[in-house]
Amino acid sequence: MSMGTVLAITGAVLAVILAGMGSAYGVGVAGQAAAGVVSEDPSKFAKVLILQLLPGTQGIYGLLVAFIALSKIGLLSGNPAELSVASGLMILAACLPIAIVGLVSGMHQGRTSVASVGIVAKKPEQFVKAMLFTAMVETYAILALLISILAVNGVPV
Amino acid sequence: MSENYIYAVARIRALEMSLFSQTTIEQLMAVKSYKESLQFLTEHGWGDSETDTTDADAILNRETEKTWDVIKEMVDDMSIFDVILIPDLFHNLKAAIKTVVEGEVSAEVFYNNVSVKGSDMIEIIKSKNFSELPESMQKCAEEAYECLVHTGDGQMCDVIIDRATLEAIRKAAEKADNPLLRAYAETTVAVADIKIAVRSEKTGKSMDFMKRAMAPCETINVDRLAKAALSGMEDIIRYLEETAYAGGAEALASGSSAFERWCDNQIIETIRPQKYNSFSVGPLAAYILARLNEIKTVRIILSGKLNGLEDSAIRERIREMYV
Repeated sequence: MSMGTVLAITGAVLAVILAGMGSAYGVGVAGQAAAGVVSEDPSKFAKVLILQLLPGTQGIYGLLVAFIALSKIGLLSGNPAELSVASGLMILAACLPIAIVGLVSGMHQGRTSVASVGIVAKKPEQFVKAMLFTAMVETYAILALLISILAVNGVPV
Repeated sequence: MSENYIYAVARIRALEMSLFSQTTIEQLMAVKSYKESLQFLTEHGWGDSETDTTDADAILNRETEKTWDVIKEMVDDMSIFDVILIPDLFHNLKAAIKTVVEGEVSAEVFYNNVSVKGSDMIEIIKSKNFSELPESMQKCAEEAYECLVHTGDGQMCDVIIDRATLEAIRKAAEKADNPLLRAYAETTVAVADIKIAVRSEKTGKSMDFMKRAMAPCETINVDRLAKAALSGMEDIIRYLEETAYAGGAEALASGSSAFERWCDNQIIETIRPQKYNSFSVGPLAAYILARLNEIKTVRIILSGKLNGLEDSAIRERIREMYV
């Protein structure tokens, strides 16, 4: 296997690991807050569950980009292409937006979810507003996802 | 780490829903008799199945216990709340010394939610094993005990312990390393110093007495406050107007109950920003203080109704609520 292919696989792995770490942290802290509310008021379970799930998308975005990258280099079909170092580096670089932004936005979205769970605990009728605060962070993960997909697809193999 | 309190703070947010608002307090005020007031409290979930619903003290004590129980469920290291618990601990010391020296034994005067329970405290004082007490209490316990034994001066005994309480609160706040607990400790010590100055002015106490009773703090210059107290109430008010406690000066001018109310409201103002904090121990401390304030306000209303006070007289003593 060429060095270029190794670099491309590294990019895909980073997208999964870093974005997954961001989501794991975000869903984890939001889950703690959700559990706190449900322990006192189980009727709010559905609302806080949605808030807990929102930071989980970064991990999915990382997975999606990794799939596209691995598919691009033919690894999924069992016939990996022999990439040049330049092509491998390009795929690695293309994976970095969702890897890095996924990590950072997942963590921040988790903390915003925690604050939004606080809103739902006291004013459940304001759930939509609470969800919007959390969803705003998602914008930047989506932008990074878009660029990663376009860039991975655009790399000549 | 701030992440340690995420579960607890969210749970506290849900619990804050059951705190009495100003409207609920008004509803309680509108209840005609003392008996109906107790019924109002039990209908709002105060006390429990084992509490005598005709005994106000039993209901209020149970609510205090419930508050600490829920915090203990969520926090492993309760020492972070020493700032709040210290007055109860030192109260136990005061009661134990008086029980041992004066021979009046009553288990009801002790608080049970602290690190040294009343019965243990009595044993320590009886055996004079002051070293078994927490470090911040050892010196003052010995001094207060000797003072009461040799002079029989109960007031001086109280002054020694109260001063040590204030100093212990400040030390505990430094250790807690939390902005809210530090602000609470500062407000508590400053308000206590102001109360000492006001009472000393009314009873004509000396400079030496005030210096012995007042604990230094950052927002009050105790020397200037004590000098002002020697000159008269107007000088105390004038001095307070120069400090962060200008509102207290205004309340002092209106009367002692307005001043007491201002002192408690000052604590509520200190904790109010915690309603918007999701990541530290601050909201937990704020909830405890809000509950204690709520219980105190209900106690004031109940005793006002029991003693047939006019609504206006009760209302001027009602504290602000946290929610």
